[in-house]
Formats: sequence, C-alpha cells, structure tokens
Amino acid sequence: MDADSLLLSLELASGSGQGLSPDRRASLLTSLLLVKRDYRYSRVLFWGRILGLVADYYIAQGLDEDQLAPRKTLYSLNCMEWSLLPPATEEMITQTSVVKGRFMGDPSHEYEYTELQKMNEGDKVYEEEIVIRIKEETRLVSIIDQIDKAVAIIPRGALFKSPFGPTHVNRTFEGLTLSEAKKLSSYFHFREPIELKNKTLLEKADLDPSLDFMDSLEHDIPKGSWSIQMERGNALVVLRSLLWPGLTFYHAPGTKNCGYIYVGTGEKNMDLPFML
Amino acid sequence: MEDSTALEQEEENQESGEEGRPWDDRTAASAQDPLPGLSESPESERGPDPGPQPGSSPPRSPPVGDLAGPGAPPPPPPPEPSSPPPALAGPHLAAPGQSDQTSSGIPEAGTPRPEHLQQQSSDKGASTPHQTCPSKGNAFQQFQQTPGHLCEPRGANGDTSKQGPRASIFREEDSESKHQLDGAEPELPSEPEAAPSMLEMAVQSAKAYLLKTSSASGLNLYDHLSNMLTRILDERPENAVDIIENISQDVKMAHFSKKLDTLQNENEMLPTYEIAEKQKALFLQGNLEGADQELEDEMAEPSLPNVMESAFYFEQAGVGLGSDEIYRIFLALKQLTDTHPIQRCRFWGKILGREMNYIVAEVEFHEGEDEEVEEEDVTEEKDNGESEGEEDDEEELPRSLYKAPQPIPREESRTGANKYVYFVCNEPGRPWVKLPSVTPAQIVAARKIKKFFTGRLDSPIISYPPFPGNESNYLRAQIARISAGTHVSPLGFYQFGEEEGEEEEEVESGRDNFEENPDFEGIQVVDLVESLSNWVHHVQHILPQGRCNWFNPIQKREEEEEDDDEEKEEKEESDYIEQEVGPPLLTPISEDLEIQDTPPWTTRLSSNLIPQYAIAVLRSNLWLGAYAFCNGKKFENLYIGWGHKYSPDSYAPPVPPPVSQEYPSGPDITESDDPSVEEEKAFREAQEAAALAAEENEESEEDEDDYD
Repeated sequence: MDADSLLLSLELASGSGQGLSPDRRASLLTSLLLVKRDYRYSRVLFWGRILGLVADYYIAQGLDEDQLAPRKTLYSLNCMEWSLLPPATEEMITQTSVVKGRFMGDPSHEYEYTELQKMNEGDKVYEEEIVIRIKEETRLVSIIDQIDKAVAIIPRGALFKSPFGPTHVNRTFEGLTLSEAKKLSSYFHFREPIELKNKTLLEKADLDPSLDFMDSLEHDIPKGSWSIQMERGNALVVLRSLLWPGLTFYHAPGTKNCGYIYVGTGEKNMDLPFML
Repeated sequence: MEDSTALEQEEENQESGEEGRPWDDRTAASAQDPLPGLSESPESERGPDPGPQPGSSPPRSPPVGDLAGPGAPPPPPPPEPSSPPPALAGPHLAAPGQSDQTSSGIPEAGTPRPEHLQQQSSDKGASTPHQTCPSKGNAFQQFQQTPGHLCEPRGANGDTSKQGPRASIFREEDSESKHQLDGAEPELPSEPEAAPSMLEMAVQSAKAYLLKTSSASGLNLYDHLSNMLTRILDERPENAVDIIENISQDVKMAHFSKKLDTLQNENEMLPTYEIAEKQKALFLQGNLEGADQELEDEMAEPSLPNVMESAFYFEQAGVGLGSDEIYRIFLALKQLTDTHPIQRCRFWGKILGREMNYIVAEVEFHEGEDEEVEEEDVTEEKDNGESEGEEDDEEELPRSLYKAPQPIPREESRTGANKYVYFVCNEPGRPWVKLPSVTPAQIVAARKIKKFFTGRLDSPIISYPPFPGNESNYLRAQIARISAGTHVSPLGFYQFGEEEGEEEEEVESGRDNFEENPDFEGIQVVDLVESLSNWVHHVQHILPQGRCNWFNPIQKREEEEEDDDEEKEEKEESDYIEQEVGPPLLTPISEDLEIQDTPPWTTRLSSNLIPQYAIAVLRSNLWLGAYAFCNGKKFENLYIGWGHKYSPDSYAPPVPPPVSQEYPSGPDITESDDPSVEEEKAFREAQEAAALAAEENEESEEDEDDYD
C-alpha cells in the first residue's frame, strides 16, 4: 500500500483483521516520509509486517520511477529506524529454503541446520555432518522476495508501459469496473512478466501492449490459490492469497485506491492442495 | 445580441466581410430557419462542431456545380423574403438598411471578391475554422431547405450584373456564398478568379484529411483530437504529455461505452443496494423498540457485550476490523440479542472463507430455552434404523462381526464443548444462523483434516477421513477447538463456584464450572506481559476423545453385554483404556505444550512509548489469529483468521487405517485330506466290529437294564 495514503489503505485492508496500532500508524506516517526523502525514492510502499515470536518486522519498499525495476526493501522493528536489506539472490533463496518455522524477530538470530555431505577422501566415501548457520536477516530477504514474486499484485491498467520502456503509474487509471473487479484476469503480478513470453501469438493478439505487459493472476498454479470477495456491499474487492496466507489485496472499484499488504508469519502454505 | 452588433459593424464598415456577411446571407437564405441565432453566431468557434460537416459537404457540391454553370434561372420564389416568421423580425429590420449599402456596392460585386479572398487567406490559420463555419452553416441550411431555396443563389449567380430589381439581400447572399465557397473548398477549380494560396490549400486538405471518418469506428481524428484537448483542459492533469496515450485511449473508450437503450434495467449494482437495504435495518432497529422497560431490563443485566470498547483495545493491540465494520457487527449483535432469548452474548471473532467470511457470535441462552433436543433424537433414530436393517438380513450365513466403534455421545448442551451456542452470519445485516451442537466424532475428524472454509454453510466437506457433516459442522468443530485452546483470562478473574464445583466433582471428577471472582482486584499489566503463568484457560480442554468430560465407552458396553455375547472379546481388548485426562480448568497457559521449539504464546505491551497506559496483548502462536488483551481489569478474546491450527511442518494426511488381518489359518480353516480307500475299509471294519460289539453290549445292556 502506498505510504502516502496509508491510513485509508489500512482501513480498507482491515477486513482480514490485520491492522496497526495507532502508535505504529503514526510513526510509520512520519518515518516513511523520511525514508522517501533520505533514499530518494519516488514512491514508498508499506509492504507489511512479518510476525515474529519476539518482535515483528515492519517492511517497507522503495520504488524508482520505473515501477518494475528491482525494489529496495527496508525493515524496521520499531517503525522508526529503517535498515536497508540486501537484494535477494538465488543462492540465498535455496540456502534459506531449508529453514522452517517462525521468525524470531531478531535479525541477528542464527538458525542452525545440519546437513549431510558426502566427503571423498582417497578411497573412502563417508558422510559428514556440516552445520550451516543461516542468519535470520538472510531468510527475511529471501522470504520477502519470494512473496513479492509470487503474490504482489496490481489491477490491470494501474501501470502502463511507456514507449521508452520503463513502466509508470497510470495517472488516468480510474479503477476497475465492478464486473472487471470480480475477475482474476483483471489483476496482474507486480513483477517482470515470466509467463507472458510463453504465450502463443494467438493469445497475445488481444493484449494491449501498453497495459497487458505483465502476467495475469488467472493462470496461477494451483487454480484456486486466490480468494476473491466483495466486501462492504460491492464497494470493495478483496483478494486474499491462499498460497501465502496473510497477503491481502484491496481495491475499491471505480477509484484509484488499491494496494496490498502482507501480515503473516512468512511461511508458504504448502498444504493448499489439501485445503481446497 | 451578438448578431445584431455584428450587423451594425457591417453597416459601419463596408469590408467587414467575414463577420457580417454570413449573417446576412443566412438570414436571407434561411429565412425560414427558426434558429438562426443559436447556432450560427459568427464569433463563436464552431470548429469542433463538425457533426454535420462530413455529411453536409457532399450535397454541397451540386450547388457549386450549378453556380459554375450558366444555370438556367428558374423564377426565384418571390414569397421567400415575405414569409419570415415573426421571430426574425429583428434581422429583417436590419436588412433594408443594409440593402442600401449593398446596392451601392453592387458595382463592386464582381471586383471586391478577390480582395475578400485575399483578406481571408491572409487571415492566418486561425481564420480557417472561421471561414468554414459560415460556409458550413450555409451549406447545411441550404441543404435542408426546399429546392426552391437552393435555386435562389443559382438565380442570383446567373445574372449578377442585371440584378437591379432583385432584392438586394439576394445579391448580397450571392456574393457571400461565393466567397464562402472559395474559402471552404478551394480545391474546386470552379472559380478561376478565386485563386487560393498554396498554404491555404494545404491547410484545407490537411483538415479534410483529418475529418475523414473512419469506416470502422465512425470517428474522425479531428473530433478525437479536439475531444482529447477538451478533456485535458477540463481535467488539467499534471504532465499531460506523459499520459497522452492513455487519455487518447480513455476518450475512445468513453465513446464506445455509450450504452444503447435496453429494455431491461441494468442490474449490475443490485447486490450493492441489496446489502445496503439489509444493513439499513440494523441502523433502524433502535427506533423500532422504543419501550423503556426493555431498556431498563437491559441496563440491569446487559446481554449485549460492549463490542466497541473491546474493539478499541484490540485496535491498540493492532488487531481487529475496520471501525465501520465493527460497528455494523455491534448492531448485528444487538439485533441478535433482541430477537433471541439470550442471556449473554459475545463477539467471538471472524473466520475467513474463500467466498465469504463468517462472523461468529457466542451466546448463552436463558435457562431452558434450548431447542436442540429434537435434532439429537432424529440422528439417533437414524442410527437405530440402519443397525436394525443390517440385522434383518441373512440369518443363516455368519454376519459381519465388525462393529463400528462405539459412537461417543455428544455432550449435553450447556456443558463441555457445547457450553455455548454459536451463531454465524456472512455479513452484518444478513440473518444469523445457529450452528448445530458439536459431536465428539466431528471434533476428532476435524483434527485430522485441514480445509479452507468456503463461506457457504451447506457446502460439503470432502476429505479423508470422511467428515461427518457439512461445513456448518466443521465450522462448529473448529470454533470449539479454537475456543478451548485460546480463550484465556488473567489469573484470578474466574474462580470455581464452590457449590457447583463440588457437585461436579462427585459426578465427573473434574470441575467444569466457574464464576467471576467478585474480589478480583486486577493484575499489573507488566506482570501479565512478563509471566505467562498469570493467564489461565477458562474453557475446558478437549480430550483426544473429542469431549471435555471423559466418557467411558466401556461402561456402556457392559450394559449392552446382555444383548450381545460376542462383545465380550472386544471388551476384554479395550479393557485397559485409561481415562484421558487433560489439563483442568483455570490452568496457566505457561503449561501449554510447545510446538516444536516454538513457544505457544507471545505477549507484548501494546505500546513501548507510553508503557504506563499500555495494555497487555497476548497472541497465540498455535492458532494464528487468536488474540487476547487485558488492561488489568478487563480482558477479551478474539479470533480473526482462517480457522486453522499452526504447525511448522506441512500437513500430512492421516495414514490409512491398518488393513485387517485375515483369519489365522488354524484347525477351523484347514481341512483333512479325503479319506483313502484303506482308511474307509479300515473304518468299515471297525464299524462292523463296533456294531457287533454294540449288539453284544446292547444285549448285555438290555440284560443289565432288565436287571435294573
């Protein structure tokens, strides 16, 4: 959700029970403004909150002019002091994928993970236990990256690709119509397209190159990984990810108000097929 | 008014040309046009009004051709000037004065034209729309008028020189129309005298090109651009140049989204109105009541919880719904308490679903107001019917010895897991639905499955192991589990009721009743945060059996023993079932089981900045979404979430039940070989021998008998 319209966004996204206490709200309003100034972001998103056992991580993201450029992620424990996270790498993601369970809430906490590795020493082949230490900060980075790539979404038309390449916020976006808002095909993944290249020419024929340049949600795997609901008597459409429970996207049809927030444990719901 | 001023100007200035003349021309040519002044004021910009333009230009050309040709002059319709409607009196009054001027200018009629033309062409680009406007207006009117009118210019044109007796207006119009023709359509080489400049030509042809109507959309670029500019000027977006593509698209979309008239009303927004209508009832209900007595009753013993107060505290904790939604829920709870005989009511929480959510209210009825007994009877009858049916079957062959495991009866309402009754609704304002009582079997089954709620109470739960019931039963089971796990209170708030507790002890060996401690003095918030042992469960633990109070399945077996002797074996097997015991009521949560290194509860102060007024917030890590707060005196529990238990490992479906062992191969199963011939022989011999012996015996026996 946009840091500029944080209060309205929080109110709209509150249907899932995820909120912020008044003091957190106030401090976010203050500190995100400073973040925007200090880091010279053109836009700052309040990304959400990862619930730790001891403390919660508050996450914010800074965007450049080009909306699809790699984003900078910051975290904070008290909503005032923000620290920049390093960009996630493939290696980090594979490394941290072995860690299960909840976040602690302490960035310097180290998870220990013992791995069996085959060692070759002359003729002998034996297995050795190697203890790998993984910092929680690294895990945080990779989880945020995974969530961003999997379930960060934006309504169709809210961004447009300019002829020069970069993607901009569409000022003339007036919100989806009510009938569009009920369809998954009106929402896009807020990331560089992956699936789009695999589409056939026939499928691409109907796409508008300045708007349909991202992957739409309707082809997500597994089918049914989104819950789409109209709340407040059709005045608000809410999408909840079932794959990453905790991610809530809201959009008031006919207005520009849209955004997403993640409040959860930072764990993927691997049981989804059983639960549908 | 403008028109008249224009006329005056013309009177003053002979060469005012463009402004005044079209007017005169029009008044003459279109004397019958009822709306001359409205659409034709010369000063007004009518560039972006090309609606009739494309259509009107083709019919424009025939008169041109006629003009160019000698044009057999039909008699000009004399009544024309004499028939103006009274509305046009003004212009016509002006006409005589004008006629003087024009008559004096008659000699010029041929010559001044080039001057005018030059003037026009020198009038820069801005004059282009100016010129076309009048011409268009003319063309349009002429076109619309009767052929007789069309003839007029022709006639006038035919003999410009010998126009003496003719009305000066006609002459005027004639010259004017020629001017306009020249200006508007210079590409027509009909007027050799009017040689337009190259620039003029280029501008005109470019405009003609822009005005070309697309065959597909019916739009033309000229309109489109002017609409776009209009929109940009209306809305004044910042950096319009960056978003011109989108504006263009929006303008086009707006053009196409015009709805045609349909016979039916659009019903797209109906659901919106429907729910608004229902929620209106919530806001109106306060007025309907009005009785003071009821108010007093409620004040004495409020059945409605103070939802807003606890919502305020939960907001401090960073949990809860939006402020308007919670108020609607508050009103919905009020509606519930007004319509049902409810002693105590509580907002339990919200369970999220895939299509709709559930708002759950926990209520306690007044004594003896339950209606559930009937349901139970029905189910029991069903069970009996089935078992009887089975028994009636084959009598000869051995029947299946398998008996379904003894169904454990559900707990009475108001005790155990059925202590409270739960009402759910999808949205505040929709009707409340009472959930059925929970049975132990459902709880046991619900522990083994993990399903998302759909939001429809009657949807089936398709799962392994099969769940006995539909979604309403699953929802009820999850509510029971969550309540049992996460409803906590600060230590000392509740105490065991002395009399009741003793009674219970006799019966159940566990106390399951408690009452509020009148002497509760509150707990320091800091203590609540620092120590988990200051929080206690006030809802009974649910045993693995699915009940809160132990039910010994063996006792019942013994009762049944009289009917079925076969049960003995089973009884012996299950004899060693020990009583399942869980933590008793009011056990501190510090004794809760850990979830694989994860502490089951997290406590926090709601604010680190102002600790003296902060409240203690408790978050369950086992049931994500379960919260409790306590500010020292008050406390409340709330659950908002998906209704699932947390586990660090992913869900694993239960293993299939063990395959039954086949009957062990023993003497009952194996058969001896067929008797061989030798055996039979030997047997026969033996039989014979035996028979002989028997006979002897018989005789002896008989003898004996006789002796007896």
